[in-house]
Amino acid sequence: MVYLRLHDVAVALGGRDVVRDVSAEVEPGQLIVVVGPNGAGKTTLLRAIAGLVAPRIGVIRVAGHDPLHAPRRVIARELAYLPQHYELAFPFAVEEVVLLGRYASQHGLGLAGADDLAAAAAAMAACDVAQLATRRFDELSGGEARRVILAQALCQGARCLLLDEPTAGLDPAHARSIFVMLRAQCAAGATAIAVTHDLDLARRHGDAMWLVDSGRIAARGAPAEVLAAAEARAAFDVAIHVGRLPSGERFAVPA
Amino acid sequence: MSGFLTGRAGRLTLRRLAVVVAVCGGVAAVCAAVAPLVGIVVDRTGWHLGVMGSEAFDAGSTERAILWVRIPRVLASLVVGAALAGAGCALQALLRNPLAEPFTLGISSGASLAAVIAIRFGIDAAFGVAGVGGAALLGAAGTLLVVWRLARIGKHLPPATLVLAGITMSMFCSSATVLIQYTSDLTEVTHMMQWMLGSTETVRLAMVGYAAAPIAAALIVLLAYARELNALAAGPEVAASLGVAVGRTQTVVFATASLLVGAAIAVVGPIGFIGLIVPHALRAVLGADHRLLLPASMLGGAATLTVFDTLARTVVPLHHLPTGAVTAVLGVPLFVTILLGQKRRAALWGRG
Repeated sequence: MVYLRLHDVAVALGGRDVVRDVSAEVEPGQLIVVVGPNGAGKTTLLRAIAGLVAPRIGVIRVAGHDPLHAPRRVIARELAYLPQHYELAFPFAVEEVVLLGRYASQHGLGLAGADDLAAAAAAMAACDVAQLATRRFDELSGGEARRVILAQALCQGARCLLLDEPTAGLDPAHARSIFVMLRAQCAAGATAIAVTHDLDLARRHGDAMWLVDSGRIAARGAPAEVLAAAEARAAFDVAIHVGRLPSGERFAVPA
Repeated sequence: MSGFLTGRAGRLTLRRLAVVVAVCGGVAAVCAAVAPLVGIVVDRTGWHLGVMGSEAFDAGSTERAILWVRIPRVLASLVVGAALAGAGCALQALLRNPLAEPFTLGISSGASLAAVIAIRFGIDAAFGVAGVGGAALLGAAGTLLVVWRLARIGKHLPPATLVLAGITMSMFCSSATVLIQYTSDLTEVTHMMQWMLGSTETVRLAMVGYAAAPIAAALIVLLAYARELNALAAGPEVAASLGVAVGRTQTVVFATASLLVGAAIAVVGPIGFIGLIVPHALRAVLGADHRLLLPASMLGGAATLTVFDTLARTVVPLHHLPTGAVTAVLGVPLFVTILLGQKRRAALWGRG
């Protein structure tokens, strides 16, 4: 069964195709890691899947829905989107920010019920922000704020997570724990597409890797192979060295 | 970071909502009950501030007659205050801009221009005060359409273009107003100035009656969008992925808020600052959850304008000041006080 289908998608921004010729199929439970140099079109690709920008041509289907035209409430049950930049106009408390994720599943006044609070607590625990619940969002550090909005996306309870650099600004332990958490989500049946520059974490935790270069998926497959391929070297303009530690564990670093 | 002064508050509970709405409603009710009883009394010894007692309820008494003169003013203040503060609160959230209020968006300038045209061409003489009010409402609706058309990009109404379009329209309407005043005779200009300062003095009970039901309906529409406004705090893209129909929310809230302002202006003329100070003051105390802040702003706006209007007719003895002038003169220092208090607290926390 295919959960997400992209067929010949091109997305134009300002008259220029920043994403082109993208076709892909994603099965439920997969963790797809998307890597590529700055300006390659990774974010635009993610936004097109989220239905936030219209493709110029091509077809995008998420669980059979067209994310651009289906009601946003329906899409919100399928897709949760974590943007690269997030600015909150009002400094709500952390718990309130996370509970915003429950918008689509609440009705009327939307006062948090037992299941909303349980979902928020689980999401905050998964992102290690439970101890920040009563803090104000504008008083958090950059990395803490990043984990809070990731918790908001998780709290949404969508079947697929679209994450634009979820580990940007995170310390190594938290960055790793985010990928471990994503792995666990996918093992439980969720699907995730994560754009990241953290090549080693991507290699370690991704089921499949898409290397995006100049708007195209230049290479795809097992992360270690994609990173070692000639396309990765051409895209990043630097070779990616995939080696083994004395313990036998593999690692990926720019050479 | 955001420019909004926001109080600390935890998650909204039914109890907190009920307490805040009850307190704000109680304050508004007390203001409404006391305001018509307060006034300047003139007797043989001169004048003094007086509060009417039970004699106000005796049939045929002078006090009762005075009460009946004051009641339409108080009712108008309640309705208009709720409309302006509710609209201001919703527009600030929609545009994510602390300065957003009916005046920034050109709505009041458009309404004023239409009213001035109505006075210039004698529509007020033909239809009375209601003619100017009706013209103002049409002016507000017309400006709303132009601003909306100018600012719209696809299905969306981006805050930046909305503010730009609003300010452009505001400047155009103000200039046109001045041009028309320049070509009018002195009686007309006096009439125009009176109207443009905003006053509850000429309000008739019937006009409040016409305006009350649509204003109440529009306020309910805004309340229904409180959760959407909360989600929009995270920006339109995040709100959309949370499940908010962003384009529809922007259009409905903008149109409803504009029509609220148009209706308010039609009743009493343009009264500034209520849409700015009331939501800001309450947000600094209650936090920014719009399920709480919107109803509190509406009730708080009703109470505040009633108090300001009572001051307008009592602060200078035997001389009624225009309500709009009082809200401006008192509004600015009040706003500065809130700002300084917040800055001091921010400094204590070591954050700007």
